[in-house]
Amino acid sequence: MARFVVRRLMVMIALLVAISIVTFLAFVVVLPGSDQAAMIAGRLANPAEVHLISVKYGFDRPIWVQYVKTMANIFDGSAYSYQSSFNVLSQIEAGFPTTLSLALGAGIIWLGTSIVVGTLAAIKAGRYTDQVLTVLSMIGVSMPVFFLGAVLIYFLGYKAGVIPLGGYVPLTQSPSQWLWHLVAPWFTLSVLFIGIYSRVLRSTILDTINEDFVRTAKAKGLSERQVLLRHILRNSLVPIISLWGLDLAQVIGGGAILTESVYNLHGIGYLVYQSVTRLDTVTLLSVVMLTALAVVVIGALTEIVYAFLDPRIRLQ
Amino acid sequence: MTPTDEPHAGTALNTGIPVELLAEAAELGPGIGPYQLAWRRLRRSRVSLAFGGLFALIVVLCLLAPIYSHYIAHIGPNAEPYTFTIGGKTEDVLNSVGIPIGPTWQLGPYFLGADQNNRDVAVRLLYGGRNSLEIGAAATLFTMILATICGLLAGYFRGLTDGIISRVLDVIWAYPVYLLGIMLGTVIEVRGLGPFHNTTLMTTAAVIGFVYIPYVAKPIRAQVLALREREFVDAARQQGLGPLRIIVSEILPNVASTIIVFIPLMLANAVLTEAGLTYLGAGVRPPNPSWGTMISDGIAQIPASFSNVLIPGIMLVLAVLSVNVFGDGLRDALDPRAKIRLAKE
Repeated sequence: MARFVVRRLMVMIALLVAISIVTFLAFVVVLPGSDQAAMIAGRLANPAEVHLISVKYGFDRPIWVQYVKTMANIFDGSAYSYQSSFNVLSQIEAGFPTTLSLALGAGIIWLGTSIVVGTLAAIKAGRYTDQVLTVLSMIGVSMPVFFLGAVLIYFLGYKAGVIPLGGYVPLTQSPSQWLWHLVAPWFTLSVLFIGIYSRVLRSTILDTINEDFVRTAKAKGLSERQVLLRHILRNSLVPIISLWGLDLAQVIGGGAILTESVYNLHGIGYLVYQSVTRLDTVTLLSVVMLTALAVVVIGALTEIVYAFLDPRIRLQ
Repeated sequence: MTPTDEPHAGTALNTGIPVELLAEAAELGPGIGPYQLAWRRLRRSRVSLAFGGLFALIVVLCLLAPIYSHYIAHIGPNAEPYTFTIGGKTEDVLNSVGIPIGPTWQLGPYFLGADQNNRDVAVRLLYGGRNSLEIGAAATLFTMILATICGLLAGYFRGLTDGIISRVLDVIWAYPVYLLGIMLGTVIEVRGLGPFHNTTLMTTAAVIGFVYIPYVAKPIRAQVLALREREFVDAARQQGLGPLRIIVSEILPNVASTIIVFIPLMLANAVLTEAGLTYLGAGVRPPNPSWGTMISDGIAQIPASFSNVLIPGIMLVLAVLSVNVFGDGLRDALDPRAKIRLAKE
């Protein structure tokens, strides 16, 4: 077990390093040192000034030195955006509550709803209820997030005035306003995931129903309800929960770019989006590291927990 | 899929074909291949066929865009006239405060209204659909070819080859889809990359195709890992067949059903991703129409002329939904146990 964990951790670190190098190189290829210095120096700078800036920021050094220096700055929190000259860490801190509120609320909604929907569809497999739920989840996965957001904002926000037109109010400032501003984003982000998760859960449950232990449970006289809750559902939920962990990690790490931009929520996703369009390498690299860290760590944790629960995986 | 009576329903030995299908084949008698069987099942599922038909209709309509534009609307997709004539009367396309006219619902110019640049929404809807579907198809082709090659090589050779391919796929997979999409889109826009430049639709297609490779390659690799241990592969090896020959003529036909199942799902996802990337400014560039650009243009005009969001949006949802439902039916017919998941925000 210890060997398995150590090996997973080493793969994880290697993956993070690879991701940081790829992201760094992608933008160094786009903006070689001199261009970046010229961008910072501004339109009216003369070549000498550009050269000074290039030396000051280290753009004249070899690429790997620049990489190491940038990464060191990111990890000790002293990285500044070349474009906006804000401290990257404080920008991430500013956006984090917004994204966390969005992710946790939506995550609870989409997990809960898809467990109910998926179980219902599996119990009624092939019948009318199942078909209706299947169509609904199909519509859910076929709906572009920003289109759904725009439709809700227009009809419920602009026409009916039931929801705000976007923006975020911190929980500490006003809990009721916080809730009011987040209901529509939560719903929008959840719809897609409910569509996916309920389909996955439905097919997992249908697979589990045929397992020996379910037959045993039925044979020893447990009620349908007990068999469903204690035996079938408990086993079928494992893959769903691990999916949930990974998706939640992506949303927290700025993956909900579309939802955050259509509702004008200035969270991590919005920060990522802005830093890409402004070619702000340092900010982008920091957030990508954060996202990748969340995804890779949760992915590795899932695998370790799996291996702990199921010894067969460890032996592979 | 309904629960079967088999205590351990799975795939039959040597074939990779689900037991339910084999049982059905046994009832029908000899001479029925797995694909004929799948076709029989697909034909029986009315809903999937109906949605498949809807998608075919959308494709045909979009292909007829030039004919609609030339003979019915008399306006090109990028034409920006200030006035137009309807029923012998000449009217302005934009009113005095710059809001475009809504749908006229009369065959002719501006059947579905105009956008903020005086352009005909109906004409652009069809041309845009052509672009969106073209990007979707090209991205799907790109993903399927590269993912199949990666999956086959990694699964068959294992060891170092697998290590390298799988780690590269892991790196791609660790980025959220839209983040990697806008990163690549932006990098290519600023610098260009080989044959790809910002002006071509194929850039967007290649970006989308690239992002989804791991989602398809990983399941194929897992299948190949299991297949290469089968007796028929051993037999081929004993006969002295080379690795390339074994991969192409022994293993590929056995993963073909998975590949086929992935195609409609990938197409639906690619069309959705095009719209999302375009909304974020990293997809199709103006003045090229696509469903994504039209929805984004419409959103920028909210609250004026909301029909410009609804019309391309509904068209996009219909197209993606029809491919998804058809793909679902295709999977049930071909490979009911396939666990396939693609979409992310």
